[in-house]
Amino acid sequence: MSTAVAPKLDIQKIRQDFPILEQKVNGKPLIYFDNAATTQKPKQVIDAISEYYAGYNANIHRGLHSLAEKATTAFEESRTVFQKFINAAEVEEVIFTKGTTDGINLISNAYGRKFLQKGDEILITAMEHHSNIVPWQMIAEEKGAILKVVPVNAKGEISLNDVNRLITHKTKIVSVVYASNSLGTVNPVKEIARLAHAKNAVMVVDGAQASSHCKVDVQDLDCDFYATSGHKMYGPTGCGILYGKRAILEEMTPYQGGGEMINNVSFEKTTYNDIPYKFEAGTPNIADVVALKYAAEYIDSIGKDNIMVHEQALTQHAHKRLSEVPGINFYGTAEDKVSVVSFTIDNVHPYDAGMMLDAKGIAVRTGHHCTQPLMDHFGIEGTIRASFSVYNTIEEIDFFADSLKDIVAKFS
Amino acid sequence: MADNTINTKQDEIIEKFSMLDGDMEMMIGYLMELGEKLPEMPESLKNEDNIVKGCQSKVWLTADENDGKLHFQADSNTAITKGLVSLLVSILNKGRIEDILNADLYFVHKIGMNRFIGTQRSNGFLAMIKQIKMYALAYKTKLENEA
Repeated sequence: MSTAVAPKLDIQKIRQDFPILEQKVNGKPLIYFDNAATTQKPKQVIDAISEYYAGYNANIHRGLHSLAEKATTAFEESRTVFQKFINAAEVEEVIFTKGTTDGINLISNAYGRKFLQKGDEILITAMEHHSNIVPWQMIAEEKGAILKVVPVNAKGEISLNDVNRLITHKTKIVSVVYASNSLGTVNPVKEIARLAHAKNAVMVVDGAQASSHCKVDVQDLDCDFYATSGHKMYGPTGCGILYGKRAILEEMTPYQGGGEMINNVSFEKTTYNDIPYKFEAGTPNIADVVALKYAAEYIDSIGKDNIMVHEQALTQHAHKRLSEVPGINFYGTAEDKVSVVSFTIDNVHPYDAGMMLDAKGIAVRTGHHCTQPLMDHFGIEGTIRASFSVYNTIEEIDFFADSLKDIVAKFS
Repeated sequence: MADNTINTKQDEIIEKFSMLDGDMEMMIGYLMELGEKLPEMPESLKNEDNIVKGCQSKVWLTADENDGKLHFQADSNTAITKGLVSLLVSILNKGRIEDILNADLYFVHKIGMNRFIGTQRSNGFLAMIKQIKMYALAYKTKLENEA
Protein backbone atom coordinates (compact mmCIF):
# COMPACT_ATOMS: atom_id res chain seq x y z
CA MET A 1 0.00 0.00 0.00
CA SER A 2 1.17 3.44 -0.82
CA THR A 3 1.42 5.86 2.04
CA ALA A 4 0.66 8.71 -0.35
CA VAL A 5 -3.07 7.95 -0.35
CA ALA A 6 -5.09 10.57 1.48
CA PRO A 7 -5.51 9.04 4.95
CA LYS A 8 -8.97 10.53 5.35
CA LEU A 9 -10.49 8.40 2.62
CA ASP A 10 -11.78 4.89 3.14
CA ILE A 11 -11.73 3.79 -0.50
CA GLN A 12 -13.33 0.43 0.20
CA LYS A 13 -16.27 2.23 1.80
CA ILE A 14 -16.48 4.62 -1.16
CA ARG A 15 -16.50 1.66 -3.55
CA GLN A 16 -19.60 0.34 -1.81
CA ASP A 17 -21.45 3.42 -3.07
CA PHE A 18 -20.87 2.29 -6.68
CA PRO A 19 -22.93 -0.85 -7.39
CA ILE A 20 -21.40 -1.38 -10.84
CA LEU A 21 -17.94 -1.97 -9.39
CA GLU A 22 -19.03 -5.23 -7.79
CA GLN A 23 -19.41 -7.04 -11.08
CA LYS A 24 -17.13 -9.33 -13.00
CA VAL A 25 -16.24 -8.72 -16.63
CA ASN A 26 -15.08 -11.67 -18.70
CA GLY A 27 -14.97 -13.63 -15.47
CA LYS A 28 -12.57 -11.16 -13.82
CA PRO A 29 -13.30 -8.44 -11.24
CA LEU A 30 -14.00 -5.18 -13.06
CA ILE A 31 -11.21 -2.61 -12.94
CA TYR A 32 -12.68 0.56 -14.33
CA PHE A 33 -10.01 2.91 -15.72
CA ASP A 34 -12.13 4.74 -18.30
CA ASN A 35 -13.20 7.55 -16.02
CA ALA A 36 -12.19 10.31 -18.44
CA ALA A 37 -14.84 8.96 -20.82
CA THR A 38 -17.44 8.72 -18.08
CA THR A 39 -17.31 8.04 -14.37
CA GLN A 40 -19.46 5.47 -12.64
CA LYS A 41 -22.42 6.64 -10.57
CA PRO A 42 -22.91 6.34 -6.83
CA LYS A 43 -26.18 4.89 -5.58
CA GLN A 44 -27.17 8.34 -4.30
CA VAL A 45 -27.36 9.50 -7.93
CA ILE A 46 -28.96 6.29 -9.24
CA ASP A 47 -31.60 6.36 -6.47
CA ALA A 48 -32.39 10.03 -7.14
CA ILE A 49 -33.35 9.21 -10.73
CA SER A 50 -35.74 6.41 -9.77
CA GLU A 51 -37.15 8.45 -6.85
CA TYR A 52 -37.94 11.26 -9.25
CA TYR A 53 -39.79 9.01 -11.67
CA ALA A 54 -41.49 7.00 -8.94
CA GLY A 55 -42.38 9.95 -6.76
CA TYR A 56 -42.72 13.34 -8.44
CA ASN A 57 -42.33 13.20 -12.22
CA ALA A 58 -44.01 16.29 -13.68
CA ASN A 59 -43.17 19.01 -16.15
CA ILE A 60 -41.56 21.97 -14.47
CA HIS A 61 -42.07 25.72 -14.18
CA ARG A 62 -45.64 26.11 -15.44
CA GLY A 63 -47.70 23.53 -13.58
CA LEU A 64 -49.77 24.62 -10.61
CA HIS A 65 -50.24 21.19 -9.14
CA SER A 66 -48.23 19.71 -6.31
CA LEU A 67 -46.12 17.32 -8.35
CA ALA A 68 -45.09 20.11 -10.73
CA GLU A 69 -44.19 22.26 -7.76
CA LYS A 70 -42.08 19.50 -6.23
CA ALA A 71 -40.31 18.75 -9.53
CA THR A 72 -39.64 22.46 -10.15
CA THR A 73 -38.23 22.90 -6.65
CA ALA A 74 -35.90 19.91 -7.07
CA PHE A 75 -34.78 21.14 -10.51
CA GLU A 76 -34.06 24.64 -9.26
CA GLU A 77 -32.33 23.29 -6.15
CA SER A 78 -29.90 21.60 -8.49
CA ARG A 79 -29.15 25.00 -10.03
CA THR A 80 -28.45 26.48 -6.61
CA VAL A 81 -26.16 23.59 -5.71
CA PHE A 82 -24.24 24.13 -8.93
CA GLN A 83 -23.98 27.83 -8.36
CA LYS A 84 -22.13 27.00 -5.15
CA PHE A 85 -20.21 24.10 -6.75
CA ILE A 86 -18.58 26.42 -9.28
CA ASN A 87 -18.92 29.54 -7.12
CA ALA A 88 -20.96 31.55 -9.61
CA ALA A 89 -21.96 34.98 -8.36
CA GLU A 90 -25.62 34.47 -9.23
CA VAL A 91 -27.84 31.45 -9.67
CA GLU A 92 -29.20 32.83 -12.97
CA GLU A 93 -25.73 32.41 -14.45
CA VAL A 94 -26.13 28.62 -14.40
CA ILE A 95 -27.74 27.18 -17.56
CA PHE A 96 -28.61 23.51 -17.77
CA THR A 97 -27.41 21.83 -20.97
CA LYS A 98 -27.00 18.32 -22.36
CA GLY A 99 -23.32 18.51 -21.51
CA THR A 100 -20.08 20.27 -22.42
CA THR A 101 -20.55 19.85 -26.16
CA ASP A 102 -24.01 21.36 -25.94
CA GLY A 103 -22.66 24.22 -23.84
CA ILE A 104 -19.89 25.10 -26.30
CA ASN A 105 -22.33 24.90 -29.21
CA LEU A 106 -24.61 27.27 -27.30
CA ILE A 107 -21.78 29.80 -26.93
CA SER A 108 -20.69 29.53 -30.56
CA ASN A 109 -24.26 29.94 -31.81
CA ALA A 110 -25.69 32.43 -29.33
CA TYR A 111 -22.56 34.52 -28.74
CA GLY A 112 -20.38 33.80 -31.78
CA ARG A 113 -23.11 34.30 -34.36
CA LYS A 114 -24.05 37.66 -32.88
CA PHE A 115 -20.65 39.15 -32.18
CA LEU A 116 -18.14 37.61 -34.59
CA GLN A 117 -17.25 39.65 -37.66
CA LYS A 118 -15.29 38.77 -40.78
CA GLY A 119 -11.58 38.51 -39.96
CA ASP A 120 -12.11 38.11 -36.22
CA GLU A 121 -10.08 35.43 -34.52
CA ILE A 122 -10.95 32.54 -32.22
CA LEU A 123 -8.07 31.06 -30.27
CA ILE A 124 -7.98 27.44 -29.05
CA THR A 125 -5.11 25.06 -28.21
CA ALA A 126 -3.74 22.01 -29.99
CA MET A 127 -4.96 19.73 -27.18
CA GLU A 128 -8.65 20.52 -27.52
CA HIS A 129 -11.32 17.84 -27.69
CA HIS A 130 -13.24 17.85 -30.98
CA SER A 131 -16.13 19.42 -29.06
CA ASN A 132 -13.98 22.52 -28.51
CA ILE A 133 -12.78 22.60 -32.12
CA VAL A 134 -15.68 21.77 -34.42
CA PRO A 135 -18.29 24.25 -33.05
CA TRP A 136 -15.73 27.04 -33.54
CA GLN A 137 -14.84 25.86 -37.04
CA MET A 138 -18.52 25.87 -37.94
CA ILE A 139 -19.19 29.40 -36.71
CA ALA A 140 -15.85 30.64 -38.09
CA GLU A 141 -16.78 29.37 -41.53
CA GLU A 142 -20.20 30.96 -41.31
CA LYS A 143 -18.90 34.36 -40.17
CA GLY A 144 -15.58 34.45 -42.03
CA ALA A 145 -13.65 34.31 -38.75
CA ILE A 146 -10.25 32.65 -38.32
CA LEU A 147 -9.44 29.79 -35.96
CA LYS A 148 -5.96 29.99 -34.44
CA VAL A 149 -4.25 27.29 -32.43
CA VAL A 150 -1.78 27.50 -29.52
CA PRO A 151 0.84 24.73 -29.98
CA VAL A 152 1.74 22.15 -27.32
CA ASN A 153 5.26 21.07 -26.39
CA ALA A 154 6.62 17.54 -26.05
CA LYS A 155 5.30 17.25 -22.49
CA GLY A 156 1.84 18.23 -23.62
CA GLU A 157 1.88 21.75 -22.20
CA ILE A 158 1.14 25.12 -23.74
CA SER A 159 3.20 28.23 -23.05
CA LEU A 160 1.66 31.47 -21.82
CA ASN A 161 4.10 33.32 -24.06
CA ASP A 162 2.54 31.60 -27.07
CA VAL A 163 -0.93 32.43 -25.80
CA ASN A 164 0.04 36.05 -25.31
CA ARG A 165 1.61 36.20 -28.76
CA LEU A 166 -1.45 34.67 -30.44
CA ILE A 167 -4.07 36.83 -28.75
CA THR A 168 -4.36 39.92 -30.92
CA HIS A 169 -6.72 42.87 -31.13
CA LYS A 170 -8.72 40.71 -33.59
CA THR A 171 -9.22 37.89 -31.07
CA LYS A 172 -12.82 37.80 -29.89
CA ILE A 173 -12.99 34.39 -28.23
CA VAL A 174 -10.38 32.31 -26.41
CA SER A 175 -11.55 28.77 -25.64
CA VAL A 176 -9.27 26.44 -23.71
CA VAL A 177 -9.66 23.08 -22.04
CA TYR A 178 -9.06 23.23 -18.28
CA ALA A 179 -7.85 19.61 -18.05
CA SER A 180 -6.99 17.67 -21.22
CA ASN A 181 -8.88 14.40 -21.66
CA SER A 182 -6.06 12.82 -23.69
CA LEU A 183 -3.03 13.97 -21.74
CA GLY A 184 -4.30 15.09 -18.37
CA THR A 185 -2.57 18.48 -18.69
CA VAL A 186 -4.10 21.18 -16.48
CA ASN A 187 -3.94 24.50 -18.33
CA PRO A 188 -3.40 27.86 -16.60
CA VAL A 189 -6.89 29.05 -17.52
CA LYS A 190 -6.87 31.85 -14.94
CA GLU A 191 -3.78 33.41 -16.52
CA ILE A 192 -5.14 32.83 -20.01
CA ALA A 193 -8.38 34.59 -19.01
CA ARG A 194 -6.31 37.57 -17.86
CA LEU A 195 -4.48 37.69 -21.21
CA ALA A 196 -7.77 37.34 -23.10
CA HIS A 197 -9.41 40.14 -21.15
CA ALA A 198 -6.44 42.41 -21.70
CA LYS A 199 -7.34 42.30 -25.41
CA ASN A 200 -11.11 42.40 -24.79
CA ALA A 201 -11.68 38.79 -25.83
CA VAL A 202 -14.09 36.53 -23.93
CA MET A 203 -12.68 33.49 -22.17
CA VAL A 204 -14.39 30.11 -22.53
CA VAL A 205 -13.27 27.22 -20.33
CA ASP A 206 -14.00 23.62 -21.38
CA GLY A 207 -14.41 22.08 -17.96
CA ALA A 208 -15.56 18.59 -19.00
CA GLN A 209 -12.66 16.83 -17.30
CA ALA A 210 -11.93 19.40 -14.65
CA SER A 211 -15.11 19.44 -12.61
CA SER A 212 -14.38 16.31 -10.63
CA HIS A 213 -10.60 16.68 -10.56
CA CYS A 214 -9.81 20.40 -10.19
CA LYS A 215 -10.89 23.27 -8.02
CA VAL A 216 -13.53 25.19 -9.94
CA ASP A 217 -14.20 28.77 -8.92
CA VAL A 218 -15.47 30.65 -11.93
CA GLN A 219 -15.14 34.01 -10.18
CA ASP A 220 -11.54 33.34 -9.25
CA LEU A 221 -10.76 32.04 -12.77
CA ASP A 222 -12.61 35.10 -14.07
CA CYS A 223 -13.72 33.13 -17.11
CA ASP A 224 -16.72 34.39 -19.06
CA PHE A 225 -18.04 30.90 -19.77
CA TYR A 226 -17.48 27.53 -18.16
CA ALA A 227 -19.00 24.42 -19.77
CA THR A 228 -19.08 21.03 -18.10
CA SER A 229 -20.78 17.62 -18.17
CA GLY A 230 -22.56 15.79 -15.38
CA HIS A 231 -21.52 12.31 -16.42
CA LYS A 232 -17.81 12.92 -15.94
CA MET A 233 -18.36 13.90 -12.32
CA TYR A 234 -20.39 10.91 -11.04
CA GLY A 235 -23.64 12.34 -12.43
CA PRO A 236 -26.01 11.10 -15.13
CA THR A 237 -25.35 11.29 -18.87
CA GLY A 238 -27.17 13.86 -20.98
CA CYS A 239 -26.99 16.76 -18.56
CA GLY A 240 -24.44 19.42 -17.77
CA ILE A 241 -24.13 23.08 -17.07
CA LEU A 242 -22.98 26.17 -18.85
CA TYR A 243 -21.93 29.07 -16.68
CA GLY A 244 -21.89 32.51 -18.23
CA LYS A 245 -21.44 35.96 -16.75
CA ARG A 246 -24.80 37.70 -16.45
CA ALA A 247 -23.89 40.75 -18.53
CA ILE A 248 -22.74 38.56 -21.43
CA LEU A 249 -25.65 36.12 -21.23
CA GLU A 250 -28.09 39.01 -21.31
CA GLU A 251 -26.58 40.34 -24.53
CA MET A 252 -26.76 36.97 -26.25
CA THR A 253 -29.61 35.90 -28.53
CA PRO A 254 -30.94 32.39 -27.97
CA TYR A 255 -30.35 30.00 -30.87
CA GLN A 256 -32.97 27.43 -29.90
CA GLY A 257 -36.57 28.56 -29.78
CA GLY A 258 -39.54 26.82 -28.24
CA GLY A 259 -41.34 26.44 -24.97
CA GLU A 260 -39.86 27.62 -21.67
CA MET A 261 -37.54 30.21 -23.25
CA ILE A 262 -40.21 32.81 -24.10
CA ASN A 263 -41.82 35.68 -22.28
CA ASN A 264 -44.63 36.30 -24.72
CA VAL A 265 -45.37 34.80 -28.13
CA SER A 266 -47.52 36.26 -30.86
CA PHE A 267 -47.29 35.68 -34.59
CA GLU A 268 -45.94 39.18 -34.96
CA LYS A 269 -43.26 39.10 -32.28
CA THR A 270 -41.87 36.93 -29.53
CA THR A 271 -40.08 38.28 -26.50
CA TYR A 272 -37.63 36.09 -24.68
CA ASN A 273 -37.63 34.96 -21.09
CA ASP A 274 -34.89 36.11 -18.71
CA ILE A 275 -31.63 34.25 -18.18
CA PRO A 276 -31.11 31.36 -17.68
CA TYR A 277 -34.49 30.28 -19.08
CA LYS A 278 -34.08 31.93 -22.47
CA PHE A 279 -31.35 29.36 -23.17
CA GLU A 280 -33.36 26.37 -21.93
CA ALA A 281 -35.88 25.82 -24.71
CA GLY A 282 -38.15 22.81 -24.38
CA THR A 283 -38.69 20.40 -21.53
CA PRO A 284 -35.27 19.80 -20.04
CA ASN A 285 -33.76 16.55 -18.82
CA ILE A 286 -35.45 16.99 -15.45
CA ALA A 287 -34.68 13.62 -13.86
CA ASP A 288 -30.98 13.78 -14.62
CA VAL A 289 -30.63 17.43 -13.64
CA VAL A 290 -32.30 16.61 -10.32
CA ALA A 291 -29.91 13.68 -9.83
CA LEU A 292 -26.92 15.79 -10.84
CA LYS A 293 -27.28 17.70 -7.61
CA TYR A 294 -26.54 14.50 -5.71
CA ALA A 295 -23.34 14.05 -7.73
CA ALA A 296 -22.10 17.50 -6.70
CA GLU A 297 -23.09 16.82 -3.11
CA TYR A 298 -21.34 13.44 -3.27
CA ILE A 299 -18.10 15.11 -4.34
CA ASP A 300 -18.48 17.71 -1.60
CA SER A 301 -19.20 15.05 1.02
CA ILE A 302 -15.89 13.34 0.27
CA GLY A 303 -14.13 16.64 -0.25
CA LYS A 304 -12.57 17.61 -3.56
CA ASP A 305 -9.21 18.18 -1.89
CA ASN A 306 -9.26 14.61 -0.60
CA ILE A 307 -10.26 13.29 -4.01
CA MET A 308 -7.45 15.25 -5.65
CA VAL A 309 -4.83 13.93 -3.21
CA HIS A 310 -6.00 10.34 -3.75
CA GLU A 311 -6.06 10.71 -7.55
CA GLN A 312 -2.62 12.30 -7.59
CA ALA A 313 -1.27 9.38 -5.57
CA LEU A 314 -2.84 6.95 -8.05
CA THR A 315 -1.41 8.85 -11.02
CA GLN A 316 2.10 9.00 -9.58
CA HIS A 317 1.95 5.31 -8.72
CA ALA A 318 0.73 4.50 -12.24
CA HIS A 319 3.58 6.44 -13.86
CA LYS A 320 6.07 4.66 -11.59
CA ARG A 321 4.71 1.15 -12.12
CA LEU A 322 4.00 1.56 -15.85
CA SER A 323 7.59 2.76 -16.37
CA GLU A 324 8.53 -0.88 -15.76
CA VAL A 325 6.64 -1.95 -18.90
CA PRO A 326 9.17 -2.56 -21.73
CA GLY A 327 8.74 -0.20 -24.69
CA ILE A 328 6.28 2.18 -23.02
CA ASN A 329 6.08 5.80 -24.20
CA PHE A 330 4.09 8.30 -22.15
CA TYR A 331 2.13 11.14 -23.74
CA GLY A 332 1.33 13.95 -21.37
CA THR A 333 3.91 14.48 -18.68
CA ALA A 334 2.94 18.01 -17.71
CA GLU A 335 3.94 19.30 -14.29
CA ASP A 336 0.31 19.94 -13.47
CA LYS A 337 -1.97 17.13 -14.58
CA VAL A 338 -5.12 15.27 -13.58
CA SER A 339 -5.44 11.50 -13.19
CA VAL A 340 -4.98 10.54 -16.83
CA VAL A 341 -2.12 8.33 -18.00
CA SER A 342 -1.82 8.08 -21.78
CA PHE A 343 0.76 5.91 -23.47
CA THR A 344 1.77 3.70 -26.36
CA ILE A 345 3.85 0.52 -26.24
CA ASP A 346 6.39 -0.27 -28.96
CA ASN A 347 5.15 -3.03 -31.28
CA VAL A 348 1.81 -3.37 -29.49
CA HIS A 349 -1.16 -1.72 -31.19
CA PRO A 350 -3.43 0.09 -28.70
CA TYR A 351 -6.38 -1.90 -30.05
CA ASP A 352 -4.71 -5.22 -29.18
CA ALA A 353 -3.70 -3.95 -25.76
CA GLY A 354 -7.23 -2.68 -25.08
CA MET A 355 -8.80 -6.00 -26.06
CA MET A 356 -6.31 -8.01 -24.02
CA LEU A 357 -6.80 -5.78 -20.99
CA ASP A 358 -10.57 -6.15 -21.35
CA ALA A 359 -10.10 -9.92 -21.28
CA LYS A 360 -8.50 -9.38 -17.86
CA GLY A 361 -11.43 -7.26 -16.69
CA ILE A 362 -9.62 -3.93 -17.13
CA ALA A 363 -11.53 -1.17 -18.93
CA VAL A 364 -9.27 1.40 -20.59
CA ARG A 365 -9.81 3.58 -23.61
CA THR A 366 -7.81 3.18 -26.81
CA GLY A 367 -7.75 5.42 -29.85
CA HIS A 368 -7.56 9.13 -30.54
CA HIS A 369 -9.87 10.16 -27.66
CA CYS A 370 -11.64 12.69 -29.91
CA THR A 371 -8.40 14.69 -30.15
CA GLN A 372 -7.19 13.76 -33.64
CA PRO A 373 -5.19 16.98 -34.21
CA LEU A 374 -3.28 16.28 -30.99
CA MET A 375 -2.54 12.71 -32.07
CA ASP A 376 -1.35 14.07 -35.44
CA HIS A 377 0.95 16.46 -33.55
CA PHE A 378 2.57 13.53 -31.77
CA GLY A 379 2.62 11.51 -35.01
CA ILE A 380 0.55 8.66 -33.59
CA GLU A 381 -2.84 7.16 -34.39
CA GLY A 382 -3.86 6.91 -30.79
CA THR A 383 -2.88 5.91 -27.28
CA ILE A 384 -3.95 3.61 -24.50
CA ARG A 385 -5.46 5.79 -21.81
CA ALA A 386 -6.06 4.85 -18.21
CA SER A 387 -7.91 7.46 -16.19
CA PHE A 388 -8.54 7.18 -12.48
CA SER A 389 -11.26 8.23 -10.16
CA VAL A 390 -11.86 8.33 -6.42
CA TYR A 391 -12.89 4.64 -6.25
CA ASN A 392 -9.73 3.31 -7.91
CA THR A 393 -7.00 1.71 -5.83
CA ILE A 394 -3.25 1.24 -5.81
CA GLU A 395 -3.83 -2.53 -6.02
CA GLU A 396 -5.80 -2.10 -9.25
CA ILE A 397 -2.92 -0.14 -10.74
CA ASP A 398 -0.46 -2.83 -9.71
CA PHE A 399 -2.60 -5.47 -11.42
CA PHE A 400 -2.84 -3.21 -14.49
CA ALA A 401 0.93 -2.78 -14.70
CA ASP A 402 1.54 -6.52 -14.24
CA SER A 403 -1.09 -7.30 -16.88
CA LEU A 404 0.59 -4.96 -19.35
CA LYS A 405 3.91 -6.68 -18.75
CA ASP A 406 2.23 -10.03 -19.54
CA ILE A 407 0.73 -8.58 -22.70
CA VAL A 408 4.04 -7.15 -23.90
CA ALA A 409 5.68 -10.53 -23.30
CA LYS A 410 3.19 -12.09 -25.73
CA PHE A 411 4.42 -9.76 -28.47
CA SER A 412 8.14 -10.24 -27.96
CA MET B 1 -22.43 -30.55 -57.18
CA ALA B 2 -22.43 -28.90 -53.80
CA ASP B 3 -19.04 -28.13 -52.35
CA ASN B 4 -19.06 -28.60 -48.60
CA THR B 5 -15.44 -27.56 -48.11
CA ILE B 6 -16.46 -24.17 -46.71
CA ASN B 7 -18.78 -25.72 -44.16
CA THR B 8 -16.28 -28.39 -43.22
CA LYS B 9 -13.71 -25.69 -42.51
CA GLN B 10 -16.24 -23.68 -40.53
CA ASP B 11 -17.11 -26.75 -38.45
CA GLU B 12 -13.44 -27.32 -37.68
CA ILE B 13 -13.11 -23.74 -36.43
CA ILE B 14 -16.27 -24.03 -34.33
CA GLU B 15 -14.86 -27.22 -32.81
CA LYS B 16 -11.55 -25.54 -31.95
CA PHE B 17 -13.21 -22.53 -30.38
CA SER B 18 -15.57 -24.72 -28.35
CA MET B 19 -12.52 -26.18 -26.62
CA LEU B 20 -11.59 -22.70 -25.39
CA ASP B 21 -14.71 -22.70 -23.25
CA GLY B 22 -15.56 -19.04 -23.84
CA ASP B 23 -12.39 -17.83 -22.08
CA MET B 24 -11.69 -14.51 -23.71
CA GLU B 25 -7.94 -14.49 -22.98
CA MET B 26 -7.59 -17.92 -24.57
CA MET B 27 -9.72 -16.90 -27.55
CA ILE B 28 -7.53 -13.85 -28.11
CA GLY B 29 -4.40 -15.97 -27.76
CA TYR B 30 -5.74 -18.43 -30.31
CA LEU B 31 -6.71 -15.68 -32.75
CA MET B 32 -3.23 -14.19 -32.48
CA GLU B 33 -1.68 -17.58 -33.24
CA LEU B 34 -3.86 -17.91 -36.31
CA GLY B 35 -2.90 -14.42 -37.41
CA GLU B 36 0.78 -15.26 -37.16
CA LYS B 37 0.25 -18.20 -39.52
CA LEU B 38 -1.39 -16.04 -42.18
CA PRO B 39 0.89 -15.95 -45.26
CA GLU B 40 2.70 -12.63 -45.53
CA MET B 41 1.01 -10.01 -47.70
CA PRO B 42 3.38 -8.06 -49.99
CA GLU B 43 3.85 -4.48 -48.72
CA SER B 44 2.91 -3.16 -52.17
CA LEU B 45 -0.63 -4.50 -51.69
CA LYS B 46 -1.08 -2.68 -48.39
CA ASN B 47 -2.42 0.46 -50.02
CA GLU B 48 -5.47 2.67 -49.66
CA ASP B 49 -7.37 0.77 -52.38
CA ASN B 50 -7.18 -2.51 -50.51
CA ILE B 51 -8.28 -1.22 -47.10
CA VAL B 52 -11.54 -2.65 -45.81
CA LYS B 53 -13.75 0.27 -44.86
CA GLY B 54 -15.65 0.05 -41.60
CA CYS B 55 -13.00 -1.55 -39.41
CA GLN B 56 -11.52 0.17 -36.33
CA SER B 57 -8.06 -1.11 -37.15
CA LYS B 58 -6.49 -1.26 -40.58
CA VAL B 59 -7.30 -4.34 -42.63
CA TRP B 60 -6.02 -4.92 -46.15
CA LEU B 61 -7.70 -7.58 -48.26
CA THR B 62 -7.16 -8.61 -51.88
CA ALA B 63 -8.63 -11.35 -54.07
CA ASP B 64 -7.24 -12.97 -57.22
CA GLU B 65 -9.14 -15.33 -59.47
CA ASN B 66 -7.72 -18.51 -60.94
CA ASP B 67 -9.78 -21.16 -62.66
CA GLY B 68 -13.02 -19.91 -61.12
CA LYS B 69 -11.57 -19.96 -57.62
CA LEU B 70 -10.56 -17.02 -55.44
CA HIS B 71 -7.29 -16.61 -53.65
CA PHE B 72 -7.21 -14.11 -50.81
CA GLN B 73 -4.37 -12.19 -49.23
CA ALA B 74 -4.86 -10.17 -46.07
CA ASP B 75 -3.12 -8.37 -43.27
CA SER B 76 -3.91 -6.00 -40.42
CA ASN B 77 -1.96 -3.58 -38.28
CA THR B 78 -3.36 -5.23 -35.14
CA ALA B 79 -2.67 -8.78 -34.09
CA ILE B 80 -6.21 -9.69 -33.03
CA THR B 81 -7.83 -8.35 -36.18
CA LYS B 82 -5.23 -10.18 -38.22
CA GLY B 83 -6.41 -13.33 -36.46
CA LEU B 84 -10.02 -12.52 -37.30
CA VAL B 85 -9.32 -11.96 -40.99
CA SER B 86 -7.22 -15.09 -41.08
CA LEU B 87 -10.30 -17.05 -39.99
CA LEU B 88 -12.14 -15.82 -43.05
CA VAL B 89 -9.21 -16.42 -45.36
CA SER B 90 -8.71 -19.97 -44.06
CA ILE B 91 -12.39 -20.79 -44.62
CA LEU B 92 -12.86 -19.16 -48.01
CA ASN B 93 -9.45 -19.35 -49.66
CA LYS B 94 -9.46 -21.24 -52.94
CA GLY B 95 -13.23 -21.44 -52.76
CA ARG B 96 -15.27 -21.35 -55.94
CA ILE B 97 -16.76 -17.95 -56.69
CA GLU B 98 -20.31 -19.27 -56.56
CA ASP B 99 -19.69 -21.00 -53.22
CA ILE B 100 -18.20 -17.87 -51.71
CA LEU B 101 -21.15 -15.81 -52.87
CA ASN B 102 -23.60 -18.28 -51.40
CA ALA B 103 -21.61 -19.09 -48.25
CA ASP B 104 -23.57 -18.93 -45.03
CA LEU B 105 -20.87 -18.01 -42.53
CA TYR B 106 -22.61 -19.45 -39.50
CA PHE B 107 -19.33 -19.89 -37.61
CA VAL B 108 -19.44 -16.16 -36.73
CA HIS B 109 -22.28 -16.76 -34.29
CA LYS B 110 -21.22 -20.26 -33.25
CA ILE B 111 -17.80 -19.22 -31.96
CA GLY B 112 -19.33 -16.40 -29.93
CA MET B 113 -17.97 -13.65 -32.12
CA ASN B 114 -20.76 -11.29 -31.11
CA ARG B 115 -20.46 -12.08 -27.45
CA PHE B 116 -16.69 -11.82 -27.23
CA ILE B 117 -15.69 -9.44 -29.96
CA GLY B 118 -18.39 -6.86 -29.29
CA THR B 119 -20.75 -4.97 -31.54
CA GLN B 120 -18.39 -2.27 -32.78
CA ARG B 121 -15.79 -4.79 -33.76
CA SER B 122 -18.12 -7.36 -35.24
CA ASN B 123 -19.35 -4.58 -37.51
CA GLY B 124 -15.77 -4.41 -38.75
CA PHE B 125 -15.83 -8.16 -39.14
CA LEU B 126 -19.02 -7.93 -41.16
CA ALA B 127 -17.29 -5.31 -43.31
CA MET B 128 -14.58 -7.89 -44.10
CA ILE B 129 -17.22 -10.46 -45.09
CA LYS B 130 -18.97 -7.89 -47.23
CA GLN B 131 -15.70 -7.03 -48.95
CA ILE B 132 -15.04 -10.71 -49.71
CA LYS B 133 -18.52 -11.12 -51.20
CA MET B 134 -18.01 -7.96 -53.25
CA TYR B 135 -14.80 -9.40 -54.69
CA ALA B 136 -16.64 -12.63 -55.54
CA LEU B 137 -19.45 -10.71 -57.23
CA ALA B 138 -17.00 -8.57 -59.18
CA TYR B 139 -15.13 -11.63 -60.49
CA LYS B 140 -18.40 -13.39 -61.30
CA THR B 141 -19.50 -10.43 -63.40
CA LYS B 142 -16.09 -10.19 -65.04
CA LEU B 143 -16.07 -13.87 -65.99
CA GLU B 144 -19.64 -13.71 -67.28
CA ASN B 145 -18.77 -10.71 -69.43
CA GLU B 146 -15.72 -12.50 -70.80
CA ALA B 147 -17.70 -15.67 -71.60
